[in-house]
Amino acid sequence: MQGPDQLPPKGIRPPIIGPGQTFGTLTDRITGIVLTKHTPIFWFAIVGFALMLFGMLNTAVGYLLMKGTGIWGINIPVGWGFAIVNFVWWIGIGHAGTLISAILLLFKQSWRTSINRFAEAMTIFAVMQAGLFPLIHTGRPWLAVYWLFPYPNSMGVWPQFRSPLIWDVFAVSTYFTVSFLFWGIGLIPDFATLRDSAKSLMVRRIYGLFAMGWRGSARHWHRYETTYMLLAGLATPLVLSVHSVVSLDFAVSVVPGWHTTFFPPYFVAGAIYSGFAMVLLLAIPFRYLYGMQDFITLRHLQNAAKVMLATGMIVAYAYALEMFLGWYSHDKYELAMVHNRLHGPYAPYYFMLILCNIIIPQSLWLNKVRSTPWMLFLVAVVVNAGMWLERFVIVVMSLQRDFLPSSWGMYWFTKWDVMILVGTMGFFTLLFFLFIRFMPAISITEMRTLLPQAKVKE
Amino acid sequence: MSTTPIYGLMAEFDGPTELVHAAKAAYDAGYRKMDTYTPYPVEEAAEAIGVHHNRVALITLIGAMLGMIGGYMLQFWVSAVDYPVNVGGKPFHSWPAFIPVTFECAVLGASIASVLGMLIMNGLPQPYHPVFNLPRFAGASRDKFFLCIEAQDPKFRLSETRKFLEGFHPDDISEVPN
Repeated sequence: MQGPDQLPPKGIRPPIIGPGQTFGTLTDRITGIVLTKHTPIFWFAIVGFALMLFGMLNTAVGYLLMKGTGIWGINIPVGWGFAIVNFVWWIGIGHAGTLISAILLLFKQSWRTSINRFAEAMTIFAVMQAGLFPLIHTGRPWLAVYWLFPYPNSMGVWPQFRSPLIWDVFAVSTYFTVSFLFWGIGLIPDFATLRDSAKSLMVRRIYGLFAMGWRGSARHWHRYETTYMLLAGLATPLVLSVHSVVSLDFAVSVVPGWHTTFFPPYFVAGAIYSGFAMVLLLAIPFRYLYGMQDFITLRHLQNAAKVMLATGMIVAYAYALEMFLGWYSHDKYELAMVHNRLHGPYAPYYFMLILCNIIIPQSLWLNKVRSTPWMLFLVAVVVNAGMWLERFVIVVMSLQRDFLPSSWGMYWFTKWDVMILVGTMGFFTLLFFLFIRFMPAISITEMRTLLPQAKVKE
Repeated sequence: MSTTPIYGLMAEFDGPTELVHAAKAAYDAGYRKMDTYTPYPVEEAAEAIGVHHNRVALITLIGAMLGMIGGYMLQFWVSAVDYPVNVGGKPFHSWPAFIPVTFECAVLGASIASVLGMLIMNGLPQPYHPVFNLPRFAGASRDKFFLCIEAQDPKFRLSETRKFLEGFHPDDISEVPN
């Protein structure tokens, strides 16, 4: 394990890769996590705990499937509740992975290289958690197939393509597929490295299977690079479309507080905000536990903090705009909505949200906070909690009091709601640590290109 | 088919600069059936052996068009032909509402076409390839750079080609068994 982080002198930014690395040392360090015979104790501890939470998730979902969604706190008027809050939260978290792997690649931000692989994994695992919620929210997922996907069924019934909910099905499933392909082709050359570095025949064969016979031929690399850039170019508008479509689930309705045109950019900024918080939440323990301070340097943490600060300001602007538009509309229902946020029964949630998403993250202006991993970690936890609260405020507070006071109501979540939310966190952690143990968590191939000796000299 | 007992001659280099230098010279000397093997993409190496264009972008475009047309036609047929439902008096063929799904289908088609096209044109998955017969070739996925002149090349003569490659002072020259 490396020593504590050293801050470089004032005015000089920390490097994106530690000094003294060669192609060989870099390969050994990253493959070492996967090919080691001694799995660290903390890995078993974390995976064990995550398995417990995963078991809880299975129990809660099993009970849900037997009893129906009545075990949740949802009812009329709040029919969406935790399921949609969690769906939007998880899918938003995924967005940072695509931003890092695709958008920063197109902008030639080479610092993205050491965090893109696990950020992509984070995306895939977060989208898996997200996808679970609308499915179980249908109550009977085995019937949901014909509600969601257009296939010629014996009833002759088709989905309604004018509904954003169907756009969402296409957006999320496309997003998952494209993220998976992007991650998958990035892994092929690294699997080849694992195949060639492994000592045991069994391990060689397994990674050899996934490497598909990759041999690093110039012709292969040429096509590979084209595909990689094209996928990045395709993923960039895709990631912006996914949360825009999610926001249209709300914005297309006439419910006060939802019916606004600025929802798509507001949601995308929030998604990237929470996603970068999740990247920090994963990167800080990972670099500490595996001694990866040479590859995930303070520079990465600082840059992620800066992205959070920027997107956090956009989100703060959106909160102000929400209030402004309520007032400017001069619509009594919208005005009542604003009043309900500030003085209604869920006002504490709203003020917690302001504290978590706007006030505490202002500490990121300080270089000291941006350069101290544990402080960043705390801010990231707070921002993720704040983003969850944001979705709670949007979903619940608009539904509980819409137009007719006679149909107002309250929403109380149950223990099953909480068990499923916490269970998905366990499932996510489980998938992530299995990924770290069995796949190269940092792209070996792309890290090599960062070394000075990787350039062809004239 | 070839009856040559070997696949080619493999020269191993320590860095990308040496490799590109040798590859350029080999191309200038008239060798065509050759390939370089590197642990990360070296653009100059592909240029040196005369690889300038590929058809991945074209295939991606075709995939995007198919996805786009397929996605739109599906929505048109479902909403206006097979299962017309009056929603708030909107026309059955309410095309602006069909754009998001059309876009997603185009991206999906393009991505799948791009990845599958790349793999198929690269001939992957490929269970066997002669270069792996060389134990030293494991370095190609680590820190070594290889140039292989294949025996199928009309200019290939074992001793002459070996002499030619020796001129670039590689770390090693080996015959690759077929």
